[in-house]
Amino acid sequence: MIDSILANLDTALLYVFALSALVGAVLMLVLRHPMQVAMALISTMVSLGVIYGLLGVHFIAAFQVLIYVSAVMVFMVYVIMLLDTRDASFTHRFSLWVLPGVVFGVLLFAVLGYGVVLGVDYVANTPASFGLAQFAAAFLTEYWLQFELTSVLLLVAVVAALAVIKGSKGRQRG
Amino acid sequence: MLLLVAMALFALGLIGVIVRRNLLVMLMCMELMLNGVNLSLVTFAQQTGTTAGAVLVFLIFVVAAAEIAIAIPIVLVLVRQRRTLDADAYTDLHG
Repeated sequence: MIDSILANLDTALLYVFALSALVGAVLMLVLRHPMQVAMALISTMVSLGVIYGLLGVHFIAAFQVLIYVSAVMVFMVYVIMLLDTRDASFTHRFSLWVLPGVVFGVLLFAVLGYGVVLGVDYVANTPASFGLAQFAAAFLTEYWLQFELTSVLLLVAVVAALAVIKGSKGRQRG
Repeated sequence: MLLLVAMALFALGLIGVIVRRNLLVMLMCMELMLNGVNLSLVTFAQQTGTTAGAVLVFLIFVVAAAEIAIAIPIVLVLVRQRRTLDADAYTDLHG
């Protein structure tokens, strides 16, 4: 048994980390404190990074950890520490929409999963057939317009964030 | 298998946005939805051997960073006005 597991170590690890990602996602729904939710989300993201590495797209795994875990989640953790989180949403963590929300989510998953199971049947342990060089060439030649548009998007995001802060300050003064 | 995991992550994130009351938790559940989409894109890219899916994943990274950069100031402004993270305290915002 151990021999067969070692022979299919990649697939076994894939299952383990897929399960850990799902466990983290479920914990996000039930944990009370936002910091605990953030930790569950970080564990889910790191598990997804490991899955990307196992699939052979190592550069996406690296950026998953660098951008999501390092930048986005550190920002989120700072804000959680900045704000006092023990309010009404701490004592009553669920809204009135618990039952409809869960039913709708399960229905959505059932419909999507039905489509997937009927459609492509996917075997996960084939290595990626493109590397970083091929990806970079395609990114900057074939998809250069999208690449430039993301810089516009980032600029707009920075201006919008500044406008939100400035606008609220002006309203408070006036 | 991985596509099913991606859909489960997306559905769980959507459930989280609907059922939780804390604004920051709702934001994090949106991030979870984006992660689910990313996983499906990586799976498709790896399955078909094309780079389009990987390019789209990078664009989603940028969108996620921009989303969090705008959403956090909005949350900070809301909290400064009402002193609470409870989404139910802002029901007068819908028209």
